[in-house]
Amino acid sequence: MTRIELVRRPQHSALFSVLSPFIAVLITALIGGIMFAMLGKSPIGGLHAYFIEPLTEVWSIHELIIKATPLILIAVGLSVCFLSNNWNIGAEGQFIMGAIAGSVMPVLYPGITGPMVLPLMLVMGMAGGAAWATVPAFLKARFGTNEILSSLMLVYVAELFLDWLVRGPWRNPEGFNFPETRSFHADAILPEMLSASGRAHYGFVFAILAALIVWFMLSRTLKGYEIRVLGESPRAGRFAGFSAKRMVFFAFIVSGALAGLAGIIEVSGAIGQLRPAISPGYGFTAIIVAFLGRLNPLGIVAAGLILALSYLGGEAAQISLGVSDKVANVFQGVLLFSVLACDTLIRYRIRIVRPQPAAAPEPAR
Amino acid sequence: MTASASEKPGPTPLLAVEGITKRFGDLVANDAVDFDILAGEIHALLGENGAGKSTLVKMLFGSLMPDGGRIVWNGEQVSIANPSAARHLGIGMVFQHFSLFDSLTVAENIALSLEDDVPLSTVADEARRLGEVYGLTLNPEALAGDLSVGERQRVEIIRCLLQEPSLIILDEPTSVLTPQEAERLFETLDKLKAEGKSILYISHKLDEVKRLCDRATVLRHGKVVAHCDPRAETAKSLAAMMVGEEVQAVRRTHDAPADGEAGRDVVLGVRNLDQPPLGPFSTPLRAIHMNVHAGEVFGIAGVAGNGQSELFEALSGEQLQDNPNAVTIGGAPAGRLGPNGRRRLGAAFAPEERFGHAAVATMPLTENILLSRHASDASAYQSGGRLGMLRRSALGRTLARVVDAMDVRKSGENPDAGTLSGGNLQKLILGREFDRRPRLFIVNQPTWGVDAGAAARIRQALMDAATAGAGALVISQDLDELLEMCDRISVIHNGEMSEPLDARTVTREQLGLLMGGAEPEKHHGVAA
Repeated sequence: MTRIELVRRPQHSALFSVLSPFIAVLITALIGGIMFAMLGKSPIGGLHAYFIEPLTEVWSIHELIIKATPLILIAVGLSVCFLSNNWNIGAEGQFIMGAIAGSVMPVLYPGITGPMVLPLMLVMGMAGGAAWATVPAFLKARFGTNEILSSLMLVYVAELFLDWLVRGPWRNPEGFNFPETRSFHADAILPEMLSASGRAHYGFVFAILAALIVWFMLSRTLKGYEIRVLGESPRAGRFAGFSAKRMVFFAFIVSGALAGLAGIIEVSGAIGQLRPAISPGYGFTAIIVAFLGRLNPLGIVAAGLILALSYLGGEAAQISLGVSDKVANVFQGVLLFSVLACDTLIRYRIRIVRPQPAAAPEPAR
Repeated sequence: MTASASEKPGPTPLLAVEGITKRFGDLVANDAVDFDILAGEIHALLGENGAGKSTLVKMLFGSLMPDGGRIVWNGEQVSIANPSAARHLGIGMVFQHFSLFDSLTVAENIALSLEDDVPLSTVADEARRLGEVYGLTLNPEALAGDLSVGERQRVEIIRCLLQEPSLIILDEPTSVLTPQEAERLFETLDKLKAEGKSILYISHKLDEVKRLCDRATVLRHGKVVAHCDPRAETAKSLAAMMVGEEVQAVRRTHDAPADGEAGRDVVLGVRNLDQPPLGPFSTPLRAIHMNVHAGEVFGIAGVAGNGQSELFEALSGEQLQDNPNAVTIGGAPAGRLGPNGRRRLGAAFAPEERFGHAAVATMPLTENILLSRHASDASAYQSGGRLGMLRRSALGRTLARVVDAMDVRKSGENPDAGTLSGGNLQKLILGREFDRRPRLFIVNQPTWGVDAGAAARIRQALMDAATAGAGALVISQDLDELLEMCDRISVIHNGEMSEPLDARTVTREQLGLLMGGAEPEKHHGVAA
């Protein structure tokens, strides 16, 4: 019987390293089309509403950039973590803690204004995210705790902490008992880039800068080399004189700080106050972004825009087709699976084995 | 060497390989290979690394499918689709690269390869029994991940014997045994042969092949260059067939400093080095004491798992000492320094495991050169001060120098380390250190699993470094290698080192006894 085998490649395929994300997107679109057909909608119409419509108007491109900003910031930090073999799944929590820490100034001290407020908020946001990420880092380095579990569980702690704050001590005294903090004053709002055409704020510039800096670090400096060596082989890293424990802290602090920065940018730029829910799961979606971008910060910029499109497409499809906005989550999940599956092609090639095994001809490579 | 297989009129061979061909892209790994094995025969497969032995054997064991040719088993053409089919035919295999799950115990690893559902306790008992019969001492409850290379090989051999195969393929089986243990293995193999089993014996050790094997097939560049009777050949003529040229014996180019000679500097001093066991199956180090002088090659013999890796990591700085003076390099206290601190004092290290310790398989060669040299040669490979930007052009020039000096064969300009053969990677790992001109070398199993040509080159380079005034500490299980290179040899057993012996006067028997410890049965030291 004819069967399909995976044959290990002698060397990573450079071609498929580049092609694999595109194949994954293609497969996702295919499965999405089937899903629309099963929902009784036209597959072409569905995919059009999802992936094309949001790009046809200027205001919605602004929205795309707003949604891509936190995804890129978080995913760039996660790439440092994942490359060094530190599995930070709790970026969502670090995002929230960054938002809370960054909001201390405008919420508790609304009387303090001036040009220094915003920079201070951004720094405090980074510190808050980094501090929250230090917890799983410490537990891993000191006690050997599994960081996947500890970082993930801290997400729920952060979510509930935010919920308690905005319903309790930080609730807006003039807010008619709505669970919200007071709206940020003008000096605490991240300005818009082109306010004539849409809402996109300067957070996107931070995201691009972060991607460039981390890209430079990873590909051009000894620190990046250290990250990659420790991720590939901790023992070889020790032989090289690198400390895996210090790397745990470094990776978690970098990614926590970037997630925290994303949190305060989101609150200060897009929302303008703290609410019980400030993220539609950016911290988790960023994991997909990181892998879709091949853990390369420049790839992550592109991947962030694609995933942001899936959020917008979800909203658009809900309006124009009347499908649930949960379809966006389905797309994201399918995309992650496709990306991971397509990565197999980098290390393996597909071989079709025909019945007469003794002289099975090999397909050209 | 003309006694070709086809001329033998005798009985049907157990296994015959006819015109087997295997291609990987442009590379022809096996080009129309012919040979056969009779029942009750020990047949040697000789060849350098990269000659195509492993490819051939993988096809016999069903891990690879041939592109052409036939395999005939007991007179019938067969197609061996997978290892399970090979086992059903009665072919057992002990691989050169071990295939054990680190997180499982020895008994569990063995049970995994059995197709019937056998209780774990039965497997453990059987493994223990076979281990005793064949002199392969093992603790079936030990985790595979904690075993040394030598112990892992024992698991593989026992796992194979449990299948009761009629053809056993052994890949470099004696490289981790003491002479006495190797002799016991040979007796075992002779016994198996007398029972009518056939053995395909792959080795670089020509003396063994001459001692053990009835016939030999010599491969070079994927082709059979000769079928011969190894007993009618000399080791030299066999080596010449293998490499296609006469192998140069390593030349002693320096005068051995006498033990305790006062005039020479001590480049490595170790004083009362104690180290508790690092894991449940790690060997503690006890009161290690030695001096390695400039210009000297100091050897440490011993059976795998007696503290060699622990000693290496203690000396390399991967494990620190409490007392800064427990280890001195060039007279400077180094006990509290990590690997890079010790490298800056002029030491160079080459560990036993190439992939995952000495090199990263998925990184290109230039980045593997950086692995051990980013700190000791910081000014050459980094710019931009605290930024630590890498100077790739400088790395590329170093790679070219190393490749040239050590004759590293690779495909492409700067391929991933994982694409190099074992011998070529080892030449690169040592070459990146020679290139620094350090004053102290500490190497662990420098030629393990390395082909004869590369091994000779590595030994010669170490000897030349000693001639030029460096000190070298060579930890090895290969007594021939140590006797060839060293001025003094000490034996490590159960974490303790013997007094150094003069390599010119010591006998193999003396060393073998020390390697086995006072009580040979207890030499397998598992720390409580």
